[in-house]
Amino acid sequence: MSGDGVTGRGYRPHRRTPTAAVARGVERRFQIAGLFRHQVNKVFPWHFSFLWGEIALYSFVVLVGSGVFLTLFYVPSMDELVYQGSYVPTSGLEGSRAWISTMQLSIDVRGGLFVRQLHHWSALVFLAAVMLHMGRIFFTGAYRAPREINWFLGVAMLVLAIFEGYLGYSMIDDLLSGTGVRIFSGILLSVPVIGTWLHWLVFSGEYPGEIVVERFFIAHVLLIPAILAGLIVLHLAVVWYQKHTQFAGPPAGEGNVVGNRTLPVFSLHSVSMLLGVTGVLGLLAGVAQINPIFHYGPYNPTQVSNGSQPDWYALWLIGSLKLFPRVDIAVFGRYTVPAGFWAGVAIPLVLILLLLAWPLVDRLRTRDRELHNLLDRPRDDAARTAIGVMALTFWGVLTVAGADDIAATVFQIPLEGLRWAERGALLILPPLAYVITRRVCLRLQRSDRDALAGGVATGIVEETTEGTYRSVQQPFVGVDPEGGEHPPRYDGARIPKVPAREHAEGSS
Amino acid sequence: MAERHRRPSLRRRLRHAVSLAVALCLLGGVHALLVPTAPVAQADDPALVREGRALYDGSCITCHGTNLQGVPDRGPSLVGAGEAAVYFQVSTGRMPLAEQGAQAQRKPPRFTPSQIDALGALVQATGGGPVTPSAEEARPGEDISRGGHLFRLNCAQCHNFTGRGGALSDGKVAPSLEPATPDQVYSAMLTGPGNMPVFADSQLSPEEKRNIIAYIETVKDTDGASPGGHSLGGFGPVPEGLVAFAIGLAALVGLSLWIGSRQ
Repeated sequence: MSGDGVTGRGYRPHRRTPTAAVARGVERRFQIAGLFRHQVNKVFPWHFSFLWGEIALYSFVVLVGSGVFLTLFYVPSMDELVYQGSYVPTSGLEGSRAWISTMQLSIDVRGGLFVRQLHHWSALVFLAAVMLHMGRIFFTGAYRAPREINWFLGVAMLVLAIFEGYLGYSMIDDLLSGTGVRIFSGILLSVPVIGTWLHWLVFSGEYPGEIVVERFFIAHVLLIPAILAGLIVLHLAVVWYQKHTQFAGPPAGEGNVVGNRTLPVFSLHSVSMLLGVTGVLGLLAGVAQINPIFHYGPYNPTQVSNGSQPDWYALWLIGSLKLFPRVDIAVFGRYTVPAGFWAGVAIPLVLILLLLAWPLVDRLRTRDRELHNLLDRPRDDAARTAIGVMALTFWGVLTVAGADDIAATVFQIPLEGLRWAERGALLILPPLAYVITRRVCLRLQRSDRDALAGGVATGIVEETTEGTYRSVQQPFVGVDPEGGEHPPRYDGARIPKVPAREHAEGSS
Repeated sequence: MAERHRRPSLRRRLRHAVSLAVALCLLGGVHALLVPTAPVAQADDPALVREGRALYDGSCITCHGTNLQGVPDRGPSLVGAGEAAVYFQVSTGRMPLAEQGAQAQRKPPRFTPSQIDALGALVQATGGGPVTPSAEEARPGEDISRGGHLFRLNCAQCHNFTGRGGALSDGKVAPSLEPATPDQVYSAMLTGPGNMPVFADSQLSPEEKRNIIAYIETVKDTDGASPGGHSLGGFGPVPEGLVAFAIGLAALVGLSLWIGSRQ
């Protein structure tokens, strides 16, 4: 799969183009063509699911760009002022400078509301893409040796991104974010022994204090983005250096990489993704309202809205708080550990540690010490796929539970019954998902084996001399290196179940 | 010791008694002046009450009883409920009830405005109660932002920050305020239907009630109420997350499929 115009001797333009002139100029001064040619000729395997990480990457690029614009107007301060902007339904209300400056950038700065909505939509899509990408890595076994390090980096980025998003909408100091910060404060306080100190460390006093917005700001715009950017660069460098995994299938194998060169095809696709991601996010930001702080109003601890929820990536944490039974467990009969600690700290921590440690857990499970450059199809490792679906189901029930008061309102379901159903579902659905997924995978494996043994249906039905009809199957034939034939073996590549188009046309 | 047992002089005791009597009279007088007169039944239009009685006997008597005293496990007493409660319940279609449930549901009203007036007159004649506000009384006020502040303080914890409604316990809901008219909202504040508390004029002055109504009208899901585009139902982050997946991520996965098909 060579790119156009690229030969073994490099790119030879017939005409003197400006690009060629610039390239020559650079080469005269830096002599980097040798290094560059090697990298340009790097080959990337090709599958649409390999682009999902890029959705996350380019959402992050949009986040940084829009975030820089927002910092020009946002003022991280909890000083109380009177809003005197042009939005009538909140004029004259007292609020922190953080909320008032966000109001001003939304209402009175040209394009400000669009950029703020772009930033928020990008955050939601960024985390969704991270999760999708992670699912792809999990279900194809791409996290296996030698690529465990990138799984660890990925989980670290996921956790950082959840915090980053939470800090971002919390520092606006509107009614919704204040409610979220109140819950955060309560979770900190629930930690045994050190809870009070932790709370004082973050808030410098009782909730809400006077400094938390400034601290959230510096973490949100400097600390976490810088760490995230560093981890992203590292993540990509590791992919580049270790080479991307690929699906099996002729001619792709463990020892080669089959795909497109960096230039022109891969980079063109990548740029298309950047443009597409920016376009979709821009459309969302221009059409759909997100986080209407002008409706929430300034934060006031005496107020709260029904159905106050965090952004989607934190719904599972709220779901955990909602579903956990209301029991305070006393240790040694004297020291009370409140229920919020188990639901708000212990369970999320255990889940995240399990996610982080998965490549190690998987190695214990399979006793597999080999290096893998070929991906599994999800059906190939039925137990792994089943575990993944089980984990997603558990997370999904928690997320639904987090949003259940909205569901109860919209679908008019009694809240108490819904919550008990969710508690049941949290215990019953994940094992059920495991069993069903495993059965589906095994059945798919058998279907592949049957297809290999029976051959491809040609679509031709022939009448035998006895007068009965039978479908004509074209058998698969395996070829060994010496050219001899042997019964076909499943090698991880997709088994065609219908004849290729040219064959079908030829036979008809 | 001796001094403590000495009885005060007659004159002094008389002076005390007189000043006490004067103080009590003053207190009673001021009380009578300041406390509003109890809303007493005013059967000012017997014909209207008779018409209301006929409608009542046809549609309400099964659950609210012959003398509006209520029937256990069916319907509450309407004595003292007031015309405003009738107006709210019947004009929003909640009464007559379709079926016994956790809470009466809003539906198209069964009675015409003049029939509702007749029913209201009957209930008002039986023990009085809050009177339906006139259109002028329920007119949206001037200070929208004050109304918004009061709305978030008193209403948002059940009705959500833009009045889109919310779930309560035992299958009850705080309904969406989207279809509610200003007089219905005002009547609801006066009478406290269902789980809603009564917001008497001593808690929220008529001016404050009107400002709240102005805020509700401003944030209703109409053109211009959502400066950022489509309101997505006004429920906040949950529908936003749904859209991020169902539209944002779905479109981008579609894009990846499209680009992925072009080798």
